[in-house]
Amino acid sequence: MDTALLFDNAVVLLPELVLAVGVMVLMMVDIGRRGQNGSQLLAGLSVAILLLGIGASVMIWGRAPVEYLDGAISDGFALSVRLVILIAGVLGVLLSRNWFPAIERQGGAFYSLHLLAVIGMMLMGTATNLIVLFIALEIFSLALYILSGFYRENARSIEAAMKYFLLGAFASTFFVYGCALLYGAGGSSKFTQIHETLATGGGNPSLVLPGIALLLVGFGFKVSLVPFHMWTPDVYQGAPTPVTAFMSVGTKAAAFAGFFRLMMTALPSFHDQWAMPLAILAVLTMTVGNLTALRQSSVKRMLAYSGIAHAGNILIALVAGTAAASSAAAFYLFAYAFMNIGAFTVTIALERQYGNENDVEQSRLAGAAERFPVLAAAMAIFMLSLSGIPPLAGFFGKFLVFKAAVEAGWAWLVVIGVLNSAVSAYYYLRIVVAMYFQQPEQAGDEKEQPFVPASRSSVFVVVVSVLAVVVIGLQPGLWADLLRGLGQ
Amino acid sequence: MSWSLLFFLLVGAVSLAAALGVVTSRQPVHSALFLLTNFATLAVLYITLDAQFLAAAQVIVYAGGIVILILFVIMLIGGDTNDFSAAQRAWSRTVGMALGIILLLVISYSALSRMMAPSEDTAALLQGGTPEAVGIELFTKYILPFELVALLLLVALIGALVLGRQQEGASEGIPSVKANE
Amino acid sequence: MVETSYYLVLAAIIFTVGATGVLLRRNALIIFMCIEMMLNSVNLTLIALARQWGNLEGQIFVFMIMAVAAAEVAVGLAILIANVRHRQSINIDEINLLKW
Repeated sequence: MDTALLFDNAVVLLPELVLAVGVMVLMMVDIGRRGQNGSQLLAGLSVAILLLGIGASVMIWGRAPVEYLDGAISDGFALSVRLVILIAGVLGVLLSRNWFPAIERQGGAFYSLHLLAVIGMMLMGTATNLIVLFIALEIFSLALYILSGFYRENARSIEAAMKYFLLGAFASTFFVYGCALLYGAGGSSKFTQIHETLATGGGNPSLVLPGIALLLVGFGFKVSLVPFHMWTPDVYQGAPTPVTAFMSVGTKAAAFAGFFRLMMTALPSFHDQWAMPLAILAVLTMTVGNLTALRQSSVKRMLAYSGIAHAGNILIALVAGTAAASSAAAFYLFAYAFMNIGAFTVTIALERQYGNENDVEQSRLAGAAERFPVLAAAMAIFMLSLSGIPPLAGFFGKFLVFKAAVEAGWAWLVVIGVLNSAVSAYYYLRIVVAMYFQQPEQAGDEKEQPFVPASRSSVFVVVVSVLAVVVIGLQPGLWADLLRGLGQ
Repeated sequence: MSWSLLFFLLVGAVSLAAALGVVTSRQPVHSALFLLTNFATLAVLYITLDAQFLAAAQVIVYAGGIVILILFVIMLIGGDTNDFSAAQRAWSRTVGMALGIILLLVISYSALSRMMAPSEDTAALLQGGTPEAVGIELFTKYILPFELVALLLLVALIGALVLGRQQEGASEGIPSVKANE
Repeated sequence: MVETSYYLVLAAIIFTVGATGVLLRRNALIIFMCIEMMLNSVNLTLIALARQWGNLEGQIFVFMIMAVAAAEVAVGLAILIANVRHRQSINIDEINLLKW
């Protein structure tokens, strides 16, 4: 091979390259400042690197899609997903600036793992071959296992990491077995090649269906579809909250992007076979997620189950399997990034108010509006957006996905989705009601605690998220045009 | 029955027995040794499948690296626990078995049905899977995944450092959990 | 030459044995070994299919899976040890701070 080939079209992976170089710089800087406590500088550097990454994605935005070394592509869909993940990454870094002792002590490791996770997630959206897809999946999964256990002195955090690791590694084996069978079916690891071989009647089509089934199990674990969701609430609750916030958005965006591309470029001719099982999974996921969220007492667990339900909504787009549906999914994820991370930021701020390190109970929110009017107002906006009330961002995400599904002939699925949204409104609004209309039970000692000001970066995240949720909601067309789907 | 088939059945049977041993052993040490056997027999099968380099890598990476690491950890933390709490977990046992059997049936059915004939000149195309053949392929067509694996190893490196490091300010040995609860 | 199907079925059986092991055992170390075994059965599948197709792609994939497995082992064992420092147990039923 000519070495020039290595650099041809390398611009496809420019954002990833920027981040990879950034990780190395970050580690060097960390070595240079050995012994100093606090990781302000490293966080600032990470944000700068991620912003450079966003800049790089914007730079290659308008180009015609090209493929790099048969393994990565830069089409509109890949770029849209990248943007979502990079934004989630920036917000996640800012969230970590909340005086968490473990992060202050080991900032270098924390932020480099964070950036590496972002790289892995972005690669999921660009991968066009099974090998790259699998490695990308493993890069971000491994980084997230470690980040979940980052509070080593906290037994819950380590335990969350252990559960996440064992189930995640188990799921990865299913995923890679599915990849192996697809390779056997199509004789290549390239998505397009697999499609060509199978479409022309060659290969071993009998291996396709078990391959899809195994892939679904692995994918289901990663995005926490019912019945593969049991790890989610535990890990979300035990993991450090900034990690949870980043993970809840990033993992979904990455896994959906990778799976979308795989199903729609490698196996479009099998759409009839895989759409129905996915539709059933979507119904299960939405219903179980919402019904279980109703019964949660911890805010983080409630958000975990709400995340499961949202995964079900996005899955509807995959069931529809059209180009419009994939861009709708990108839009949904874009909106979800802001509202979900915003909700987690408020949760962190409230955690600090109530003195609990890593969680907050819903019952303690009673009367919060009086004590923290700004936080409560922001939380209310995020809850309304998550439940899909117009004219906020969440509504248009759902609307676009449902519209694409109806156009593809999945009206019954959309009906179930809408019913589920109604159910979900109950538990989101319950938080709003608690904050605004309920009196705290043991008013005495609560009042005595002084107000703990939120960190500047948290305030920034909340402000940006609120603005984004409102602006996206008011101008949905603008963003829907910007975020593109597969083959658009 | 041809000799090659006989050989396959023999090695396969050993491999399968070792796999069952891993799952059913009460002592983790025994499991680890069965695992070693399983890895070794698979390496033999790789040679019969024209994958010489991978057979060697299998022995070096899995048998030489991974199993040894697992054995080290067993020595470090001791692992003899009787964990078949049958009464408590009867349902998960049944469900596990049922799922396993379904999975097996589905995969074997599709594997046995209508496989296309292997290419005629397989051996020539694979070149026996020698290090040279695999290396040339790896460093030309598959350079991208190769580079990405470097990132993956970086993640593992940082992770092992973060999680394995002795806590600062913690007393020797195992720190108390109670303080955090 | 032994048929590819035989290899695939052997791999499927080993994979299933490993998967049942993960579901039935409660000892984190043994679960961990079962996962490694499952990855190995995937490797066998890939190598068998690579021979059937007469291209080295499957073998490259196996090489990558080996690297991934090594990375997973490093991280997994580190998490395991960190956990034992807290709980003094590797049985996942005994880990019940969070509901399993």
